[in-house]
Amino acid sequence: MLDQPVSGSKSQLPLTVTGLAFSAGGARLIDGLDLVLTGHGITVVMGPNGAGKSLLVRLLHGLIEPHSGSISWNGEPCGPATRLRQAMVFQKPVLLRRSVAANVDFVLKLKGGSNPQRLHQLLVQANLLDKAGQPARALSGGEQQRLALARALASDPEVLFLDEPTASLDPSSTQLIETAIAEASARGVKVVLVTHDAGQARRLANEIVFIQHGAVVEHSGAEAFFKQPASTAARDYLAGKLVI
Amino acid sequence: MQDFAEAFRLAFGLVAAMDSDLVEIIGLSMRVSLTAVLIAAVLGLPLGALLATVRFPGRSAVVVLVNALMGLPPVVVGLLVYMALSNAGPLGFLQFLYTPAAMIIAQSILITPIVAALTRQVIEQMNTEYAEQFASLSVPWHTRIAALITDARYALLTVLLAGFGRAVAEVGAVIIVGGNIAHLTRVMTTAIALETSKGDLALALALGIVLLVIALVVNGAVMSLRAGAESRAHA
Repeated sequence: MLDQPVSGSKSQLPLTVTGLAFSAGGARLIDGLDLVLTGHGITVVMGPNGAGKSLLVRLLHGLIEPHSGSISWNGEPCGPATRLRQAMVFQKPVLLRRSVAANVDFVLKLKGGSNPQRLHQLLVQANLLDKAGQPARALSGGEQQRLALARALASDPEVLFLDEPTASLDPSSTQLIETAIAEASARGVKVVLVTHDAGQARRLANEIVFIQHGAVVEHSGAEAFFKQPASTAARDYLAGKLVI
Repeated sequence: MQDFAEAFRLAFGLVAAMDSDLVEIIGLSMRVSLTAVLIAAVLGLPLGALLATVRFPGRSAVVVLVNALMGLPPVVVGLLVYMALSNAGPLGFLQFLYTPAAMIIAQSILITPIVAALTRQVIEQMNTEYAEQFASLSVPWHTRIAALITDARYALLTVLLAGFGRAVAEVGAVIIVGGNIAHLTRVMTTAIALETSKGDLALALALGIVLLVIALVVNGAVMSLRAGAESRAHA
């Protein structure tokens, strides 16, 4: 199941990143990063603050141009064309100043037209059906993030990026988001999730990409990573030690 | 002081009596200014949104120009429209000179830059907030503009109010292209100018008070509409 792409079109995987670099203010935030993602399922990107996790997913999604290096999705250079088949949920959701339903409908229209059945299904999945007519910005933080996820899934993405989607959410909201992420992954959506939450990574991850100072320090299966991290930085991070 | 008291007495008297000339003048003032606001909205809102969201060579120069045009002297606009619409002008065949249509054109030219410049500011701020999300969703530029205008609708109501305020209070351009002809092109401001020139300051002031009340009522109505809709949308 995890090896099946969502749509009938050519899969976006593997993702191949070579010598990726990005600098700002004289600092190399991403520094010669190499990465290959082959399988479907959930890839969790972990690392200390300032490691470049959020920047990395923005680069992979094509929201930012790297200064050097290359990113390709199944041989296709990363850019607007590859982004069309992807979606992203940001740490702080940016919701349109409209109702809950209108936020999801905006994406449905964008990707082919209004679809009341699909809209209903997405709102049910997000547990927001009873709030469909309410202003999106009046929702609680957890509800807003669930709406952002529902909106992202409305585009039927092949790859879904999530940048710390449950940061500052309570456990029940976190659980709802995690369930939705797991369900999306089970449907064949490739998920790339940035999180600081080791517990969440343990619950969701098929594989872990641990980065530090803008480079991949460790890339391994989740079980192996948590059982016996290969790098000192990852060991210290998981042990709760200060990793700079 | 006596003039003010007389003016208030006259103003209330005119309104209470529903003076037919006054009603006609108010009606024409509103028709001309609201039509000009509508035209300015159709032209200025998309132009402002375009300037806020699309980067193109010379954009900064266009922004400076639109901002500068907010201070267009009404008399100059009136003169240019007069020259364009006069029989010898390029648009003389329209036979618009000394008609309400000429006044609408002049006011539209005056307030379109105001609407465009203020719209750009409102939309630019919102676009900064939405930009990354829209990029992620690959929203095409025309959909982006429509979405931004829709979401900024309450702030843009205030922009249109600013345009209406400028239009309804304007005298220099409409007196040149309209001619202040009784029962044809006489509006509140040109009537005030006429009464002032005739020395009937009390009547002029009374008309001014009525104009002010109209502006207050329109502003109040729009702001109430905005407040109600905004509280429903939490925008």
